[in-house]
Amino acid sequence: MSYQDEIEPVVRSKEARKQRQWGKVMHDSLIYIGLCLGAVTMIAPFMWMITTSLSAPGAIFSDRSWWKEWIPTVFYWKNYIDVWTVVPFGRFYLNSVFISVALTAGQVITSSLAAYAFARLEFPGRDKLFFGYLGTMMIPGAVTMIPVFVLLRFLGWIDTYQAMILPGIFTAYGTFMLRQFFLTMPKELEDAAKIDGCSYLRIFWHIIIPLSGPALATLTTFTFMGSWMSLMWPLIVVNSASKFPLPVGLSYFQGLHNTNWELLMAATVMMMLPILIVFVFAQRFFVEGIKLSGIKG
Amino acid sequence: MKRVLKDKTKEALAAYAFLAPNLLGFFVFTSIPVVVSLLLSFTEWGLFTPPKWVGLRNFIELFQDKRFWQYSFNTVYLMAAIPISMTGSLLLAIALNQKLKGMVIFRTIYYLPTICAGVAIFMLWRLMYNPEFGAFNTMIAGLGDLLGLKLQGPNWLTDTLWAKPALIIMSVWQSVGGQNMILYLAALQGVPRDLYDAAEVDGANAIQKFWAVTWPQISPTTFFIGIMSLIGGFQAGFDQAYMMTGGGPNGSTTTIIYYLYNNAFVWYHMGYAAAIAWVLFSVIFLITFLKWKFFGKNIHYT
Repeated sequence: MSYQDEIEPVVRSKEARKQRQWGKVMHDSLIYIGLCLGAVTMIAPFMWMITTSLSAPGAIFSDRSWWKEWIPTVFYWKNYIDVWTVVPFGRFYLNSVFISVALTAGQVITSSLAAYAFARLEFPGRDKLFFGYLGTMMIPGAVTMIPVFVLLRFLGWIDTYQAMILPGIFTAYGTFMLRQFFLTMPKELEDAAKIDGCSYLRIFWHIIIPLSGPALATLTTFTFMGSWMSLMWPLIVVNSASKFPLPVGLSYFQGLHNTNWELLMAATVMMMLPILIVFVFAQRFFVEGIKLSGIKG
Repeated sequence: MKRVLKDKTKEALAAYAFLAPNLLGFFVFTSIPVVVSLLLSFTEWGLFTPPKWVGLRNFIELFQDKRFWQYSFNTVYLMAAIPISMTGSLLLAIALNQKLKGMVIFRTIYYLPTICAGVAIFMLWRLMYNPEFGAFNTMIAGLGDLLGLKLQGPNWLTDTLWAKPALIIMSVWQSVGGQNMILYLAALQGVPRDLYDAAEVDGANAIQKFWAVTWPQISPTTFFIGIMSLIGGFQAGFDQAYMMTGGGPNGSTTTIIYYLYNNAFVWYHMGYAAAIAWVLFSVIFLITFLKWKFFGKNIHYT
């Protein structure tokens, strides 16, 4: 391993050093070869997806030799236009964007408010209440799913947007994650503001929030991604196609156009695109967020 | 004195105001539903008639339900992906930790399947597993042509023997470069350097160093990933079953959660579904409890 190279040999002949350098080249190339092989395996299904999405209707079932499946040779862009007219794809897109944005905003706002109280304020029953929050984190969603459905049905909210948005907003996880972050800030931050007679809301808004960029960004990305991909819950509470978010719409589309592979794959590519764009800009927050989630013990 | 008291009251009031939105939603969508769900598990309820109290009957039926046992077995079988994927993640993390050029690009590539997870990936793999025109069997047939043989790949998702391995392969592909790899990478970077130096003074080679230093040092991470994957594994399998196999063939890819969903929202056996949810919860609770009991709750894992 590379750690060997870090220790400077005290006495070493030229020969031995040469040998070591040769060993390092071998070692590094082996790692690169292994990583490249793995990377090809990772990318191959995406290549297949893009190739299929660009092939002419029905071509998959006739004239594709085995390597042509992986590298596009035909560029039938019309599929990407057709997919918008064959299914209300634009509608699914808008629904998904609206649901995910609303859910994420609600989650980040209510979690950060609650996290501020748990982390920076003192009040009777704080620790007990927080412990209660923590305890619910291990309850599987399957347990609350049925009663929440029953509640929404009672309220007449089945087949509405709020049915897809509201239940996803109030999680213990967001509160917990932000609380951990707020706790790391020094107490002196607020003291000066308190002496000046600032209200708690102003302290929260002008001192705590501006310093929490990374934590908020992490929670935002994770919540957004989770909502963007979620299939089961929308499936349960929504039944008219005009309200379908992308995953439900896509599964519905799959049932209708089972043999139009090129359209199915064009739709798949377009579903992945926004996530990929978010990822390119927010990669740092993904990594940080995963590390944070690893600390929760 | 009075002033201090007033400040304290003010602070407490402010705190409750900050908590209110989250707490209210939390009560409505988590705390109360948990209690209701437990009550429901003791009833028979078809959603359109009033629920009927049946005591423990749902649970007794559940334990005699052959399908429930089959689906529990499926759920555990599919967890074979966990150790395979974890081993892969660790190897990848070690490779990416070598501080060579271009590692960020590799990390991004390996993370791609995790990013795109969900319905889109499952739709893609369903087509790739198509026995006639899918990527896998075309490859196998193409390989056969090269060798002058007539090779025919399996019927993947429609074959009771191959459906589960097919899902496991997909799941390993999807998760190997994901969050577990990143957790391992963080853990590897946290191993103190002097431990390696000491091992080197003792003349340890790379493999010896791995088993004597790296492995014990990152074992809390391994443990954490293992437990979290186990908890996740018991609740997994809905999206795959819904998008790719419909739970078939012959129920061979139906997992506990898919059975629960069908009971509740397809067949409207609400009470029975609630009972399944509570059995699932008990298993997860047991795992969490054992972890807490044997390893303490305050281990910091990274």
